[in-house]
Amino acid sequence: MPGTVRSKPKLIATMFEYDFMRTAFAAGGIVALVAGAVGFFLILRNLTFAGHALSHVGFAGATGSVLIGVSALWGLLAFTLAAAVVMGLLGNRLRDRDVAVGIVLSLALGLGVLFLFLYSTSASEATTILFGNLLGVSIDTLWSLLGLSVATLLALAMISRPLLFATLEPELAEAKGVSLRFISVSFLAIVAVAVAEAAQVVGVLLVFALMVGPAAAAQRLASRLGWALILAIFLALAETWSGLALAYVTDWPTTFWIVLLSCCGYFVATAKGALDWQATTRVEP
Amino acid sequence: MDALAARCHRPSTRWLAGCAIELDRATLARGGRIVLDAVSASICPGEFVGIFGPNGSGKTTLLRALLGLPPPLSGAVRVFGRPLRRGNRMIGYLPQQRAGLADLPIRGWDFVASAWQGERWGLPLIGRRGQQQVMQAIDRVEAQALADRRLSQLSGGEVQRLLLAQALLGRPRILLLDEPLISLDPHFQQAIVALVRRIQQTEEITVLFTAHDLNPLLGVMDRVLYLANHQAVIGTVDEVVTDEVLSRLYDMPIAVYRIKDRIAVFAGHGPVEAEAHRHDV
Ligand SMILES: Nc1ncnc2c1ncn2[C@@H]1O[C@H](COP(=O)(O)OP(=O)(O)O)[C@@H](O)[C@H]1O
Ligand SMILES: [Mg+2]
Repeated sequence: MPGTVRSKPKLIATMFEYDFMRTAFAAGGIVALVAGAVGFFLILRNLTFAGHALSHVGFAGATGSVLIGVSALWGLLAFTLAAAVVMGLLGNRLRDRDVAVGIVLSLALGLGVLFLFLYSTSASEATTILFGNLLGVSIDTLWSLLGLSVATLLALAMISRPLLFATLEPELAEAKGVSLRFISVSFLAIVAVAVAEAAQVVGVLLVFALMVGPAAAAQRLASRLGWALILAIFLALAETWSGLALAYVTDWPTTFWIVLLSCCGYFVATAKGALDWQATTRVEP
Repeated sequence: MDALAARCHRPSTRWLAGCAIELDRATLARGGRIVLDAVSASICPGEFVGIFGPNGSGKTTLLRALLGLPPPLSGAVRVFGRPLRRGNRMIGYLPQQRAGLADLPIRGWDFVASAWQGERWGLPLIGRRGQQQVMQAIDRVEAQALADRRLSQLSGGEVQRLLLAQALLGRPRILLLDEPLISLDPHFQQAIVALVRRIQQTEEITVLFTAHDLNPLLGVMDRVLYLANHQAVIGTVDEVVTDEVLSRLYDMPIAVYRIKDRIAVFAGHGPVEAEAHRHDV
């Protein structure tokens, strides 16, 4: 489908004349909302690596579902959700968590390779799963993404208050009657859905850029919690849509542009944060 | 009930209302092991009790038991004469510091505010009343200047003040403070102790304060509670911090020396307080 816009030079204004561009903008926007909001809490909870691991586990699900003829989104979702619940239930007992998670995600990637081999598909299917293809999103997928996003954002809004409390002050939250296990499992389930959605935009390998990049930049730029959250969502949206526009003009992959913008946002924010920090003198009262 | 109330130490009319906290042959466990075995103690309303004991003696376990995390295996724990329940609004809690807290990019204000009815569902919007409460709590610990700074930019003592503000939210009648002096310089230790004392006296709050060294709390505490070997002893400093009582509790020879207005407690091999420097934070 992207092949239909190979003629150059292109005016950015012609972008919305194409159905697939309109679908891509809608899908990208829907996913960015969720990725920005979920990524914000993901960073606060120090779970960025878990999010990364979930997306890799999703690779096996995506390739497996292609093998049995189901849309890759549902396979991804099934695997990331299952993995999220297991991770949430294990919780702190997973002491050497990084090693365990790393090994499980290697296995998932290996399985994914096997499924691809069994399906003996073209490399493009694998590339789409690994690196995303926003321009190839179908109307059906768009509706699925919309439904999933509404459900995810509602669930996140529902638990965001005890989630924040349990993240910043787990012992105190527990004392006030918050179930840390329930919060942990339900938040990871929300992350799982967000990861499956984000993988439709940037692919399983680069989910990190869309979920963590904007939120990390926002937390460096804004110190007020509410503003930082809004900024995270705004940055995710801006990076996704700008990436699409740049891809349209240059014909380079959308994923490349989104990831590049995400990195730039992060580094600019970090540099600014460092400068601000130097400016504020640390005085002990 | 009357017998327990009579054990309350202070000759004041307050204890007529009953004890703030009663442990009645309470057995407390953590991680499947019994930490305190059938200990009894009662603490009066408005009392300031320092809790001491070696690492792993059960200071944290005891404070958490008062919050119902978890309730005792056997025996009874009562708070203002009532059995335990989780989420008791009468109790404010300052948990033992954990690693990572000081790295949070969160503003002081948002950090304190997250604890205002943080157990409720929905968005973390605390409303006008919540904002008032948060502001008052920050005022009470004199942390106005910290509200706009990120936790990652604060010193240990400043973070402790914000934690204290969280504990004070909702105007509790009992404060459980778990090692608020850990890794603070003596100067900041004194500042925190003086602050807690001031709040305790103006608001008539009962304070349970755990620490490794009893010196910063001398002159502030009404009584001490010593934990060791699954047992507890409660009394005034003069009653409890003696060679005989501590030797019996620790089950080894303990020597107590008073140097001017300071107290040094030595076990066979060295100062007991040396424990403070290899704490498990
Ligand atoms: N999270 C935990 N899980 C299981 N056991 C624990 C935990 N924390 C402490 N313990 C054990 O419980 C006992 C009491 O610990 P604690 O109440 O933390 O002592 P203190 O606060 O006096 O240092 C110790 O023997 C310790 O090994
Ligand atoms: Mg402790």
